[in-house]
Amino acid sequence: MSVQMQLEKVGFSYNGTRQIFSDISFEVKTGQIVCLLGPNGIGKTTLLTCMAKLREPNQGRILINGKDMTGLSTKDVARVIGYVPQTLMPSFDFTVLDYVVTGSAPWLGTFEKPKAEHYERAEQALIQMEIDHLRDKPYTRISTGELQQVSIARAIAQQSRLILMDEPTAHLDHGNQIKVLRIVKNLAAEGYGIVLTTHNPDQVLLLEAMVAVIDRQARFHFGEWQGILTEKLLSDLYGVEMRLIEVEGIQRKLCVAPRL
Amino acid sequence: MKPKQNSVDNQYRQWLWLLSVLLFFGVFLSLSLGRYSNDPIKVLNVLLVRLGANVNVDPAMDSIVFNVRLPRILASVMIGAMLSLSGAVYQSVFRNPLVSPDLLGVSSGAAVGAAGAILLGAGLATRQVFAFIGGMTAVLITSMVPRLLRNRSNMMLVLSGIIVGGFLSSVLAIMKFVAEEQTELSSIVFWQMGSLSSILGRELLAILPVFLTCSSLLLMLSWRINILAFGDLEARTLGVNVRQVRSIVIVCASLLTASAVSISGTIGWIGLVVPHLGRLIVGSDNTRSMPLAVLIGSLFMLLIDTLARTVSSVEVPLSILTGFVGAPLYAFLLYKQKTRLD
Repeated sequence: MSVQMQLEKVGFSYNGTRQIFSDISFEVKTGQIVCLLGPNGIGKTTLLTCMAKLREPNQGRILINGKDMTGLSTKDVARVIGYVPQTLMPSFDFTVLDYVVTGSAPWLGTFEKPKAEHYERAEQALIQMEIDHLRDKPYTRISTGELQQVSIARAIAQQSRLILMDEPTAHLDHGNQIKVLRIVKNLAAEGYGIVLTTHNPDQVLLLEAMVAVIDRQARFHFGEWQGILTEKLLSDLYGVEMRLIEVEGIQRKLCVAPRL
Repeated sequence: MKPKQNSVDNQYRQWLWLLSVLLFFGVFLSLSLGRYSNDPIKVLNVLLVRLGANVNVDPAMDSIVFNVRLPRILASVMIGAMLSLSGAVYQSVFRNPLVSPDLLGVSSGAAVGAAGAILLGAGLATRQVFAFIGGMTAVLITSMVPRLLRNRSNMMLVLSGIIVGGFLSSVLAIMKFVAEEQTELSSIVFWQMGSLSSILGRELLAILPVFLTCSSLLLMLSWRINILAFGDLEARTLGVNVRQVRSIVIVCASLLTASAVSISGTIGWIGLVVPHLGRLIVGSDNTRSMPLAVLIGSLFMLLIDTLARTVSSVEVPLSILTGFVGAPLYAFLLYKQKTRLD
């Protein structure tokens, strides 16, 4: 199933007086990866939550497969869009499987409980994330890297083809960051659409993703990274000198700060 | 049902059976215990006669069993179930394992209602109605405060419960202060410590519909309650209508608590401790731990109330016993769960 999401001149304000962002227009569809860049506090997470219908934009509109999202129920949205929050804050020690199976919630009635098929789907998601060995472990007692995979596994069990990830690599060590990026790449290859926020512009290059940038002047840029990410924009964005360097041997550009 | 989940599922079924059997025999044993007679054979005979058998029985024994002991035993089983279930629900919805069913002020509201009835010189039935109204009014006010303050978060609701509960405690203190010491004050104090000594069959019938409706609704929603325990944001990303489900769940749990408290007075600890026991045995999944909590709560309350009426020649208030048993048990459970609490 292909899913397409269009943002048309979307803006958001918490209280109606101060506009967090405005005039954001872009499109993402299944099979694509979009990285959302921007300085701290510019509203990346807020934009992501608007796209998951957790918040209502005060300007513009968001369309899913051509339908205005305001007219869709949270359940309809959840069937199409998965949301992977930056951190999970577990309060009870559910097992990994019991947690992942909650992904079937948008497909069940209020009084229904998951059946064998839903557990099977959850197990498939665990296998896909290569964490089926964690199945019966409490999700409070696994590493942050594993928890991130569990969270993604649930979005897969949710059967949502468009997955929004809020800084999926933020709390991970370097190895796990690369692992999560590889998962993102594989998901896109399997036909999922991924939108993720990140503080590391080099991840855009690693993922060969589309890029969406909210810059310091709250202007919005969107497109293939080659056309958007210039040394000037990056230096401006992060307030430090940034360089894009072609590296021999790995056949890709690297986005780095040249010196301190 | 669940592939490869058999070990947990089997364990859960075994516990369900074990506790049901224990409860069945517990009820029979408790029926046999009391001041009039401690002979299980006599009780068995009385039961057999009612079932149509032709045995000689003591007519006084029949009356004791069916008019005195049975209503009280059924009441203890029901109240144990109600308090434990609502405790389990509150703990999940408020994502806090330290929460008990009177979080939203049910108990203090009910106590004010009951004390009011006592001061007005009203009878037992009126006292129960007042207690119920008091309890539900307290919950209503608690749930309105966040709306008035325009902050509908869970935390605000908890704080609001503390505010309302605290205010009502002062109201109760005033009532105790003006109460006539020998009669009214002691009645209020006794009510607050909980007792089933004067329970009647018709009181049971009065709360039975609430018990059946709310318990089954909550058990049917047990899986959704798992999702509520993830917090609002996560629940909404799963397409759950958080406000709606949470309202149903909180109303049901509060009705259960208010009904229980209205006929028994306030009984501490059980709603806090029993849900922990359930989770310790079968894990946090509410589809399994909630039914277990119901059975454990019933058994626990049956045990406590049987002790209350047999351990000494005077009736022991229930909260004294639940505290003696519940507090050390809670300490033990926290020790067992030490790796699970942060």
